[in-house]
Amino acid sequence: MLKKTRVVASIALFSLITFYFLDFTDLTSGKTLNLLVKIQFVPAIMASSLIILIILIALTLLFGRAYCSSICPMGIYQDIIAWISKRTAKKKKRYKFSKAKNVLRTSMLAATLIILLRFPLIVGLIDPYSAYGRIVSNIFRPIYLAGNNVLEMIFTRFGNYTFYRMDIFIMSVFAFAVAILTLGIVGYLAWKHGRTYCNTICPVGTVLGFLSRFSIFRIRIDKSKCNSCGACEMKCKAACISSKQKTVDNSRCVDCFNCLNACRRNALHFSSNNNKQLTVNNEASERNVDNAVAGKSVDESKRRFLTTGIVTAVVVPAAIIEDRVNSLTGNDGKESYERQHPILPPGSIDTKNMLKHCTSCHLCISKCPSRVLKPAFLEYGLAGMMQPTMYFEKGFCNFDCTVCSEVCPNGAIKQLTKDEKHLNQGGHVVFSREICIVQTEETNCGACSEHCPTQAVTMVPYKDSLTIPQINVEICVGCGGCEFICPVRPFRAIHVEGHAVQGQAKPFEEQEKEEKEIEGFGF
Amino acid sequence: MNRKQFLKTIALTGAAITFKSKGGMDLMAQSQDGKPVDMVAVMGGEPDEMFKQAIEEFGGISKFVKKGWKVVVKPNIGWDKSPELAGNTNPKLIAEIVRQCFQAGAKEVTVFDHTCDDWIKCYKNSGIEAAAKAEGAKVVPAHEESYYREVKLPDAKKLKTAKIHEAILDCDAWINVPVLKHHGGANLSISMKNYMGIVWDRRIFHSTDLQQCIADICTMDKKPALNIVDAYRTMKSNGPQGRSTSDVVDTRSLFVSKDIVAVDTAAAKFFGQIKAMPLERVGHLANGQTLGVGTMDLDKLNIKRIKIG
Repeated sequence: MLKKTRVVASIALFSLITFYFLDFTDLTSGKTLNLLVKIQFVPAIMASSLIILIILIALTLLFGRAYCSSICPMGIYQDIIAWISKRTAKKKKRYKFSKAKNVLRTSMLAATLIILLRFPLIVGLIDPYSAYGRIVSNIFRPIYLAGNNVLEMIFTRFGNYTFYRMDIFIMSVFAFAVAILTLGIVGYLAWKHGRTYCNTICPVGTVLGFLSRFSIFRIRIDKSKCNSCGACEMKCKAACISSKQKTVDNSRCVDCFNCLNACRRNALHFSSNNNKQLTVNNEASERNVDNAVAGKSVDESKRRFLTTGIVTAVVVPAAIIEDRVNSLTGNDGKESYERQHPILPPGSIDTKNMLKHCTSCHLCISKCPSRVLKPAFLEYGLAGMMQPTMYFEKGFCNFDCTVCSEVCPNGAIKQLTKDEKHLNQGGHVVFSREICIVQTEETNCGACSEHCPTQAVTMVPYKDSLTIPQINVEICVGCGGCEFICPVRPFRAIHVEGHAVQGQAKPFEEQEKEEKEIEGFGF
Repeated sequence: MNRKQFLKTIALTGAAITFKSKGGMDLMAQSQDGKPVDMVAVMGGEPDEMFKQAIEEFGGISKFVKKGWKVVVKPNIGWDKSPELAGNTNPKLIAEIVRQCFQAGAKEVTVFDHTCDDWIKCYKNSGIEAAAKAEGAKVVPAHEESYYREVKLPDAKKLKTAKIHEAILDCDAWINVPVLKHHGGANLSISMKNYMGIVWDRRIFHSTDLQQCIADICTMDKKPALNIVDAYRTMKSNGPQGRSTSDVVDTRSLFVSKDIVAVDTAAAKFFGQIKAMPLERVGHLANGQTLGVGTMDLDKLNIKRIKIG
């Protein structure tokens, strides 16, 4: 019963959260599904959501690491992989008790805490929610869109326009590589050993594991009934049951309840602390485990694996050919021009706030309807790799849209109202008149002004009937409409320069509405 | 006089006034009997009402739409703006046109535009998607290159080929329904400029002489059966997007013609009454005339002018 509840809850949550990342229509625009990402542990810490943290801690103190089995999407992903691995294995798959890697766990946690403020990249890399978000955004989503396009092709052929085509592209080679690596490594570990990631690397697992030692409800072994047959141990994907010692390491148990049904003697219970015999046993077991760890050092192969993993993750980007997307325009139209400063998503206040709070789950990027957000390469420096940055290759930031600020669970992009968004200045327009085609070709254009929602770019008389852009930086919000549409190549005649600190644009002056009486047709 | 009587009187007066204005309309219409009508200009009504009047002068929409035809109604839905901001064609007008097409026996009516802002937002917030769908039209996307096919423009001066939306290429007739507005690049955006919404790559227009390319695209073989210029609200400044309602003038007018250059010339002159707009500044008009797409010489045309109310 417990197991069934767990499985149903997990699958429901996993599907919803995955769909939330995948969906590109209005279906998931409400606040309901957003709650699923807001209750994730690391985002709650990042956003300092005390209520959510208290609830999660209370949940753990009550029932142990139910979070890891039913709320964390990465945890559920591993369960799915482990389940497939078990179903497809030729030989019967058995898990075996392994000693807790407490030194590794604690040092990962300590490292996480120390670097929390300094290197969000690392937190973002190992935070299970963000890592899963990136996997969906960078790998599953393109596949989902491809599926949509196949359906669209079929339906459109029969004159049904329920589906519409979506442009599929890899937003960032680096983020894609990281997502593939994460998917592969975590998947491999789950395939081979079950919940290894959760009990060695995952900082959330370590924190909750520490708390779950004290949980009221937990898996307990009735020593008098147990005959050390090992059936439960074989089923334990957290490798935390020692059938020989008749102990359960509750700091690693993720409440999957697979062991309960495995026991033929009914010696396992998920129960509260009311059996003295069990309590004594369990406490003894914890001591044993602790002693064992203190006595023996960390597993060499795992350490090697970890070091290699992190080194690869940091070195690979350096080897990847530099992203050329940022080359925009030249001051004289010949040289490529690098943005002096990247453009932050509207509402992210400043680079510091972004670096401090964002763990690169890429939810904002997946949800952006205008496709102006992509994972940064080195725009924010090494520490800000994969955090969202604005670019205007695929579109420009819709004036009225506040989606990214609404979905961000980390408080990295603060929620904006439509009116606040209208004045949020993330950058300012820069015009290179000498390469503008109105000057070079002497033809009408005005594409930039056309796309400017505040008329920070207006067309003023130039020669004959020609008009040329004139900019007013004060009322510019940095939406990138002008940069997106500018037809001048290879370098654009108009672009947006980012601000390290987002400012306030001046509201544009409203003209008075004239009441014009028009009597005749005029022709 | 009690409240009931008062209301009754008001209602009766209202009815009388309406009746009178309808009678007055025929007097206003300046018809040169016998000659076919080249253009109809209507002023003073609601968008749907004005269209009904105009199309009647042409002898009904069945003159342009035949039984069993696939028809495309092509509004301007360029921007994520509500109808009050006049950045897009009026949804009421589109609804009425779609309704009449079906009445004339059209098998299918399709509505689309290649938008500038995010197409989903434009379709929704312009009110056009809902209005057109309510009348049974198909509202189709135009945001991906794969919806477009290349077409040759042998008569064009600079724009020799263009990728055109398949809905236009596959239909039996299309109706061009722009909104009259100021435009930062082309100076005015009317029927000819509205062609840019059936084209995939518009940057090429901007980078190779916008005013010529607009005229060039109008040389495409498949010309609109009608051009219906919505001037119910006119954006007089900060076009084509506009910033607020202070850019908008309530002009309550509509111009309809098969001659795209003529109807745009008329609309431009009409616009000139709000704000100076010499026709030379709207270069694509003269360029269109040179290419033989239509005429700017309104005096030679049989124009019906109708004032409602």
